Amino acid sequence: MADNLFQVEIITPDRIFYRGQASMIEFTTTEGEIGVFKDHIPLTTVLAPGIVTITEADGAKKAVVHAGFAEILGEKVTLLAEVAEWPEEIDLERARKAEDRARERLNRKDADLDVARAELALKRALARQDILA
Amino acid sequence: MASMRDIKRRKTSISSTQQITKAMKLVSTVKLQKAKNKAEETTPYFRYMYQTVCSMLAKAGNIDHLYLRESASDQKGIIVITSNRGLAGGYNSNIIRLITGSDIPLESAKIYTVGRKGQEALARKGYHMESDYSDVMEAPTYEDAQAISKEVLSAYAKGEIGEIYLAYTHFKNTVSHEPTLLRLLPVQVKEEDLAANDADLLMNFEPNEEEALDMIIPKYITSLIYGALVEAVASENGARMQAMDSATSNAEDMINDLSLKYNRARQGSITQELTEIIAGAEAIS
Repeated sequence: MADNLFQVEIITPDRIFYRGQASMIEFTTTEGEIGVFKDHIPLTTVLAPGIVTITEADGAKKAVVHAGFAEILGEKVTLLAEVAEWPEEIDLERARKAEDRARERLNRKDADLDVARAELALKRALARQDILA
Repeated sequence: MASMRDIKRRKTSISSTQQITKAMKLVSTVKLQKAKNKAEETTPYFRYMYQTVCSMLAKAGNIDHLYLRESASDQKGIIVITSNRGLAGGYNSNIIRLITGSDIPLESAKIYTVGRKGQEALARKGYHMESDYSDVMEAPTYEDAQAISKEVLSAYAKGEIGEIYLAYTHFKNTVSHEPTLLRLLPVQVKEEDLAANDADLLMNFEPNEEEALDMIIPKYITSLIYGALVEAVASENGARMQAMDSATSNAEDMINDLSLKYNRARQGSITQELTEIIAGAEAIS
């Protein structure tokens, strides 16, 4: 098993969020969900708010990332995320409230509504709740 | 010679100033430690960001993109990062001098300031002040950097400014800080960093290159601004620590000097009194 591991790094502006060896990593991009094994073709892709699943030799780890991008090179995957959180760092109550706010904004359909931003906020809130569900 | 009372008063006033500078030095030492750790934690993110942008540019070849080509507008946006408070030696004036001494003419500069000192000084010199973010300087967060980069990027996209610069103090180490003027847009990377990338390695982009650049360049700019804010805080405290350290030791020197003068004056007055008594006694006898 050891030879199908590759280096995974998740870096945020404030800290090195995760660094380790994994056999698979799954995450959400703006184009859809993607799963990466070792020796993936080189790819740079933009992250969408969602859950990252890192499959290590002894089990899987989950985290939420919001916005950023991923650079996939054969031996190494680097996720540069603006925000990343482990499940235990998430405030469920806050995420629920954020969801309500975002839905309310989208329903109101104001002329000056920034739809893309409200949708992103909604996606973030949903991703936070998904991982705790 | 100044009277004993004058010297004594002066000495007391200097030693109370010394107490203040000493306290300020201790405070900024603690703040420096914190800010330094934060700056160090930001470095990996920034380094990867820079590497990725370099490798994207190397592989993207001569792609024609809004953020990469020269713009028609001759207006230049400058983000100036200084401190809200003074007493930090040459920290603020170095940044101001960097801007006034640069080859950007006064008429074509639009200034976005972070830090009240820089804002005041540049406004006095007659620069066009676009907006001010001084409040974030106390504890800059990534969200603050996002707000700044959003504003400058939208001005850039509208064609109001043709180039974006960032003026901040680079934190080399605890004793050495370097005022730096950096061009953010159009994106500029060092030739050797571009060449270091293996252009044969075929990088794929998803979505396509242009959209990926659209998303990644703003993040790159934000990370640069955030890094600059964090480094500026560290530099500010480093500069203040040095300034207060030398102020404290100057006060020490002055106190020593004044003590000597005070003792001489006291001895002088005793001698004079004695001479007078002796002279008086001789006159009587």
